[in-house]
Amino acid sequence: MAEITLQDIIKPENQVYVKTKLMTDKNLSYCPGCGHGTAHRLIMEVVEELGQENDAIGIAPVGCSVLAYEFMNVDMQEAAHGRAPALATAVKRLWPNKLVFSYQGDGDLAAIGTAETIHACNRGEQIVMVFINNGIYGMTGGQMAPTTLPGMKTSTSPYGRDLQSMGNPLKMTELVAQLPGTYYVTRQAVHTPSAVRKAKRCIRKAFQNQLDGKPGVSFIEIVSNCNSGWKMEPVASNIWMEENMFPYYELGDLKVDGQLVEKK
Amino acid sequence: MGELRLMKGNEALAEAAIRAGVDGYFGYPITPQSEVIEYLMAEKPFERTGMVVLQAESEVASINMLYGGGGTGKKVMTSSSSPGISLMQEGLSYMAGAEIPCVVANVVRGGPGLGDIQPAQSDYFQSVKGGGHGDYRLPVLAPASVQEMSDFVPLSFDLAFKYRTPVLIVSDGLIGQMMEKVELFDTIPRLTDEEVIARYPWATNGKPKGKERRILTSLDLDPHKLEKHNFHLQDKYKQIREEEVRYEMIDCDDADYIIIAYGSSARISQKTLQLAREEGIKVGLLRPITLWPFPKQPIDDLVNKGVKGFLSVEMSAGQMVEDIRLTVRERTKVEHFGRYGGVIHSPEEVLEALKNKIIGD
Repeated sequence: MAEITLQDIIKPENQVYVKTKLMTDKNLSYCPGCGHGTAHRLIMEVVEELGQENDAIGIAPVGCSVLAYEFMNVDMQEAAHGRAPALATAVKRLWPNKLVFSYQGDGDLAAIGTAETIHACNRGEQIVMVFINNGIYGMTGGQMAPTTLPGMKTSTSPYGRDLQSMGNPLKMTELVAQLPGTYYVTRQAVHTPSAVRKAKRCIRKAFQNQLDGKPGVSFIEIVSNCNSGWKMEPVASNIWMEENMFPYYELGDLKVDGQLVEKK
Repeated sequence: MGELRLMKGNEALAEAAIRAGVDGYFGYPITPQSEVIEYLMAEKPFERTGMVVLQAESEVASINMLYGGGGTGKKVMTSSSSPGISLMQEGLSYMAGAEIPCVVANVVRGGPGLGDIQPAQSDYFQSVKGGGHGDYRLPVLAPASVQEMSDFVPLSFDLAFKYRTPVLIVSDGLIGQMMEKVELFDTIPRLTDEEVIARYPWATNGKPKGKERRILTSLDLDPHKLEKHNFHLQDKYKQIREEEVRYEMIDCDDADYIIIAYGSSARISQKTLQLAREEGIKVGLLRPITLWPFPKQPIDDLVNKGVKGFLSVEMSAGQMVEDIRLTVRERTKVEHFGRYGGVIHSPEEVLEALKNKIIGD
């Protein structure tokens, strides 16, 4: 019996997972354990599955995912900090048949870009906005974010976030869900296989909304970890996220088909 | 002969935007230029040409809408006045870096800060020296009439796409608000999506089948690559300096003295020329049409011809005069005169200044 080589194993019929061709082969710049890479992949899988490779235009942010355009293999523009929704607005208005999405972190979308976020959502731009919330500024070295939890330690809240002097964590997703210009608003996670599958369904729904010409923004928050910024090992950071982030940033749909979801 | 109309400068700019085949205007109201977006909204350009007009939430948003739209190869434009233009400097720097074409009109008002809403020319430094962070320059056109508010729109887009750069139209509250006869050019059809795709292969409007996708960014974390990109930008600016200088000379042939002035100051100074000639003083006017690239050669030629002095007339504390001095290099007298903070100098004041500061006893 002939020996089985690696080439024999790597046959299409034996592959249980194939990386979407819409992710480049570049090494991700993210820390091991970070959720960004998974979120990128899900978006690109959805774009590929919807057959939109040649019609997708993405807007990358400033922050850890500043190089998102290196990894997502579609036409991409790199925005200034916080301005992605403004870029996406014009791209979609001038190319209504294209599939337009923005990708931003919490500092980008919920602090410096608050005005652009609120107004793109309020105008009801037909775009997909992806919001990665890990409660910290990762790229600049772990400073306090608008979404940093009460008491949470960061390099600019070294004794914990004091709500009296530093203000409250901003629930941007709850806020935009209230605006008439949002059509679909959901909060998901990508830290377990089941969460990933669910998040992907939501991302697909968001992009499908745009393809179907549904009125308004489809807004997806992904609560994610930042193990290096939180100074934890990846597994510990995911447990910490479940125990601390999820109670504050509750997962699930906030608005579906333009209707607010009733809390049970 | 094109259609003749009596229009405000701001209205002429807006009408020219529609006729120039602009795809998108993204603006925010600010005095003294709000007529631009008001005119556009009233004209329903989407019905006329398919042009999109959107009132943004801020000047920050509007300039970034230009980044997005311009990055897809569409003709995009905004207008504002000084404080709003300051807010746009971040976006302009990014667009200079990412090489995104667009046109931005500044109807300058008095400053600094909130200043006032009267005409001024005190944004010269900001316009011609870069304005935002990093090493870059933007072509700057300075209209001196309502006619040029119209004519410079298509010209600006030609430059913007030829060099893949934002282009500034820098007028002031006087040019923006005054009414004059203007001959409008015939409408240039907007490019179809297919034409945009074929003409601008760098634009991010969806990865072409079988080709590489496009990235528009101003970021490169490798300093050597970023330096190389800067070399490329500097080469481009060198070419613009060599090929795009525009100016007008009035009565300079026999002139002993030269007034250098642009925009409203050039219009006012034309009257000064007349007053001076009536007194037997031979004065000419050099009017820079491009503030950057600055018309150095004609100034140099005038120095070599032996003119006895230059008076820079600006509605500012003296900004353009620095570029004149850099060109003249103390070979002859260069002085500045101007009222500012929203005050407009009279032709008589300019003549007085010419006598006191340049001609002397």
